[in-house]
Amino acid sequence: MINASSRFQDDFSAALLTTAAETVSSHPLSRQPGFSVYRNTVLKGCIDALQANFPAVSRLVGDEWFRAAAAVYARVAPPLDSRLLDYGAGFADFLAQFPPAAELPYLSSVARLDRFWTEAHAAADGIPLEPQMLARLPAEALSSTALCPHPAARWYWFPAQPIRSLWQNNRCSDASPGNAPELRWEGEGILISRPAAEVVWTALDPGGVAFLDGCARGDALEDAVSQALEAQIDLDLARLMTTLLDAGCLVNTLTSTHTCDESTSHE
Amino acid sequence: MPGTPDPNTPLKAGLSLKPKYFSDALGCTEEGIWFEVHPENYKVAGGPRLAWLDAVRACQPISMHGVSLSLAGTAAPDSDHLDRLAQMVHRIQPALVSEHLAWSRWNGVYYPDLLPFPRTAESLQRIADNIERAQDALHQRIALENPAHYLTLPQHELGEIDFLTELARRTGCGLLLDVNNVFVSASNLGYSAEAYIDTFPGDTVLEIHLAGHTPDPELGDALLIDSHDAPVSTGVWDLYARLIARIGPKPTLIERDDHLPEFSELLAECRRARGLLTTLGSLA
Repeated sequence: MINASSRFQDDFSAALLTTAAETVSSHPLSRQPGFSVYRNTVLKGCIDALQANFPAVSRLVGDEWFRAAAAVYARVAPPLDSRLLDYGAGFADFLAQFPPAAELPYLSSVARLDRFWTEAHAAADGIPLEPQMLARLPAEALSSTALCPHPAARWYWFPAQPIRSLWQNNRCSDASPGNAPELRWEGEGILISRPAAEVVWTALDPGGVAFLDGCARGDALEDAVSQALEAQIDLDLARLMTTLLDAGCLVNTLTSTHTCDESTSHE
Repeated sequence: MPGTPDPNTPLKAGLSLKPKYFSDALGCTEEGIWFEVHPENYKVAGGPRLAWLDAVRACQPISMHGVSLSLAGTAAPDSDHLDRLAQMVHRIQPALVSEHLAWSRWNGVYYPDLLPFPRTAESLQRIADNIERAQDALHQRIALENPAHYLTLPQHELGEIDFLTELARRTGCGLLLDVNNVFVSASNLGYSAEAYIDTFPGDTVLEIHLAGHTPDPELGDALLIDSHDAPVSTGVWDLYARLIARIGPKPTLIERDDHLPEFSELLAECRRARGLLTTLGSLA
């Protein structure tokens, strides 16, 4: 129903996400000085949320660059939900296409890891799989068992850039360029998880990434292992299982009815 | 460490709960203390945020103060949002639930602010319907807050107090009187804050907010901004004392969302409010 109230909200909201110069004629109220309070509050709310959700990106590019980029993003992709922790799902893709970021080819991937951290932080709870539960299974049962990733687990292989190191060096508030390890410009993988209260992360090889991709698809353990070995011929399987179990990135489906439905593959 | 809060103990002065203050909140033993959260920040599937909130709730009363139900919007409140709020109400068993007389969602976009609307006979009925939908979904009476104003809307047909009073009458909702919003709005739009405070219907007030404001960087005191980033001003404390002396003690929140100081600084403001509730509240 088009009525006066709807028209008021159409005009008011249209004027909010434009600049002061653009809104002179769009809404009579925007000519009052107080209109800028609403415009500034809305934009600041979007930018503050993005800065809180993408701290490593912000640290890499600096406050001024980040807030300018975030303002552009907020105008093209304003929040669709009041859970501002969830705002910025498309920010990594935006940065990949953002002309001023062309000279920072790693920025979009760093944003992807900031986003993974948020997803891991807010994901559903799950009981991590304990090593002894696996050990109790007979060998023939083990190979046909499907292991499910924890709802908070996120993993990724960056083939050409040390994104994990870059992200880590800029994610931690105590990290400074002076004490960060020197970057080796080669591919890196990462596993982000939440084994207890807080989000943690560790290095993950291509074989580990392929293994978790298989688990997320619901593949049996023996199939996930073959894919892992295909992706990385020298994979140390025992070491990988220790890494995954220590990270709590698999849930206990062996003694419960949990399914893999909530898990997401990140290929 | 305080024990499980007694639901019969009256709420006195409370504080905004921010992650920075979680451990202080857990150990706080102030008389009548309570903590207020924006439920939007806790609408997650799991993880540490909910665990923090559960931990604080186990020893302190919690108030849920929503910012995005968009009750004054032309559309009905988002049903998914209401469902999630209802789940949180069930989980937290809040001492109070409140929202704003404002809108913030339109055509699928969330605008992180509390936006104004023309107060008309049409919007009165529409907002009453929205409040009833919310109260039905939450199985809870809510308190509706007077927002801060920065614009003169020529389309208004009704005054804000008459509008809020009628909403309370039609829906049974309570009101949240934000004294700082009264101070800021009266200053920006040129009316008497004292007259507003003196005529606000005291019997509907479930909660009071006190906060800081800042002058606009360009226009100065001609445009005050409800910024929640500074201590409560002297003028707001004076209005609060005037209000409490008239309507008696009501749960009062020191609202702080930005430039967060040490917990002790907020606790000092909290004690000041509690002192006024005790001394002036008994005169009403």
